[in-house]
Amino acid sequence: MIELNDVTKVYNQGRANEVAAIRGVSLTVKAREVTVLKGPSGSGKTTLLTLIGCLARPTSGRVRLRGEAVSSLPEKFLAQLRRQTFGFIFQQHNLIRGVSALQNVMLPAYPLGLPHARLASKALELLAELGLEHRAGLTAEHLSGGEAQRVAIARALINGPEVIVADEPTANLDTALTQQFLEIVARFKSEGKTVLMTSHDPRIWQAPLADTVITLADGREAAA
Amino acid sequence: MPPWFERHRLLIDFAVASLLRRKTRNGGLLAVYTLIVFVLGSIMLFGEAIRREAAAVLSGAPEVTAQAMRMGRHDFSTRADIQKLGRLLGITHIEGRLWGYHYDTASAANYTLQVPPAEDSAHALAPGETIVGEGVARLRKLTPGGYLFLVSAEGKLLKLKVKEMLPSASALVSSDLVLVSEPDFRSFCGLDPDVFTDIGMRVSNPQEVSKAAEKAALRLPGFRFVTRADMLRTYEALFSWREGLLLAVFAGALLAFVILAWDKASGLSAEERREIGILKGIGWDTGDVIAMKMGEGGLISVTAFLAGAVLAYGHVFLFSASLLEPVLKGWSTLYPRFPLTPSVDALELSTLAFFSIVPYMAAILVPVWRAASADPDAAMR
Repeated sequence: MIELNDVTKVYNQGRANEVAAIRGVSLTVKAREVTVLKGPSGSGKTTLLTLIGCLARPTSGRVRLRGEAVSSLPEKFLAQLRRQTFGFIFQQHNLIRGVSALQNVMLPAYPLGLPHARLASKALELLAELGLEHRAGLTAEHLSGGEAQRVAIARALINGPEVIVADEPTANLDTALTQQFLEIVARFKSEGKTVLMTSHDPRIWQAPLADTVITLADGREAAA
Repeated sequence: MPPWFERHRLLIDFAVASLLRRKTRNGGLLAVYTLIVFVLGSIMLFGEAIRREAAAVLSGAPEVTAQAMRMGRHDFSTRADIQKLGRLLGITHIEGRLWGYHYDTASAANYTLQVPPAEDSAHALAPGETIVGEGVARLRKLTPGGYLFLVSAEGKLLKLKVKEMLPSASALVSSDLVLVSEPDFRSFCGLDPDVFTDIGMRVSNPQEVSKAAEKAALRLPGFRFVTRADMLRTYEALFSWREGLLLAVFAGALLAFVILAWDKASGLSAEERREIGILKGIGWDTGDVIAMKMGEGGLISVTAFLAGAVLAYGHVFLFSASLLEPVLKGWSTLYPRFPLTPSVDALELSTLAFFSIVPYMAAILVPVWRAASADPDAAMR
C-alpha cells in the first residue's frame, strides 16, 4: 500500500545544524496490516512516520501510496490525503487547548462542509465507542492523559481513514491503558484498516497483532 | 445548506472559539481598536456635520458682500457707494449692513452686534429691543422679556429688552449674536447716519453670482467682494483645519495602536503556529487555515469598526460631540451649543471602514499564509 524508495530527510540542510534524520530508507507498508517502527530515541521513527503520513516531504527519494508518488504532489492534494486517507494519533495527542473534546474530534471534518448536527452526532458516536461521551464538553486541558489519547483516536477516525498513523501511542500510558489501546488497534485491523505505529515499547512490537516490525537505527533500517 | 456555506460556518465557529480562548488579549485589542475607530469616526462625522450645518445656516446670507478697503484694512461703506452701484443686471437687492464686535467686560466675552436686514421682517426691531443668540442668552441668563445691558467704549449704557432668542439650530453662526435696531446700533457705536459696515447684495440666479460680483467691482474698484461660496469655503477650511489639527494630535495614539495591532496580527505566537501545524496535520489545507484566521481578524476588525462607528454616531449626534466640541468648534466663552442634524456620508463611512479594516486584515494575511504554507511537521515543531 505504501512504498518508500531510498528516502532521505535532512533538516536544516546547508546550515551548521544540519541533521540527516533519515538516510536512504526503503520499505513497504502492507494494506490491512499492523506495521510497527521500532528503535531507540533519535533513530528517525517519528520523522519516517511524518514522511509516510505526508506531514513533511522527503529531501530525496520517493514515497508512493497505492503506486502513486505522493511526495511531489502539490500541497492541496497532500492536505486531501491527510484528511481522507490518514488518521493521525500524535505522541503528545496534539489536541487544541481551550476547545471541547467534541469540537477537537470534529475538527478534521470541518473542511468537508458536512452539516454541523450530523458531524456532532458522528463525533459523539466515536467518543461513546471509546467510553468518553460524558467528557465531550470538557476542554482538552481538563482531560487525563488516557482520555486525551482516546479523544485523539476519535479525531483520527472522524473522516473514516484507511490508514491509522500513531506516533508512540503508549508512551504516556500505564499497562491497563496500553492494553486498552491494543484492543482498539485490534479492532482497526479487524475492520480492514492499515495501522502504522512507532514505538520503543516491547508490549507493542511484541504484541501478536503486529504483522511487521521494522527496526530503525541512526536513520537507517537495521537488522531486527 | 451547500457544503461551501457549511464549511465557512464551521470555520467561523472555530474562529469564534479561538478568539474566546484568548479573551483577555483579544478583548483588550478590541477595546483599543474600538476606541480608535470611535475617535476617528467622531472627528469625521463631526467635521462633516458642522460643515453641512454651516452651509445650511449661510444659505440666508447675501450672495455677495462688498467691503470697502483702505490701506488693506476693512473700512466703512457709505450711502454714496450704494448709489454708485445703482441698478445692476441680475442683482435684485442692495442694502447697507451694520454689524460689528463688542467686548463685554461683564461677561468677558465678544458679542457680534448686528442690525437685521430690512427684508427680514421676522426679526424687525424697534429701538430699545434686542434678539440674542443662544450663547449670549446662556451667558447672561437672559429670557424673553428680560433686559440686556451693554456699556459702550465711551461708557454709554444701552438698555435693551429681549424680544426673543435665536433658535439653537443656527447657533454655529449666531451664538454670540446681539440683534439691535439701526438707531441703537449707530448711537451705541457712535456711527454717522451715512456709513455702513459693508454692503449686501442679493443675486437671483446662483450661476451669475461671480459675474454680478465682477460687474459690481467695476463700479467700486476699491472694494473687496466676498461671495457666499467664499464664506462657506472659509468655514470649511476652518473646520477642516481643526479636524486636521485634531487628527495630527491623535496621530501619535493612532501610530501606537497600528504598531500594537501590527505586532499582534503579524507576530503569530509559538502556540498559534503549533495549532496551525496541528490543523494542517489533521487535514486542513492552507486555504482553510487562512480562511479561519481571516475570520478571526474579520470578527475583531468589523466588530471594532461597527462598535466604534455606532459610538461615534451617538457621541456626535446624540451628545453633540461633547468630547471634541471645544477643539472642533473653537475655544470661546460663547462657543455654540446646537444639535447637529444626524446624517452619514456613505463615502466617509466607507473610508473609515477601509482604513479600520483593510490594514489589519493585510497585517494578518502575510504571517498566517507563511505559517500555513509550511509543512505541518515544521509548523508543529
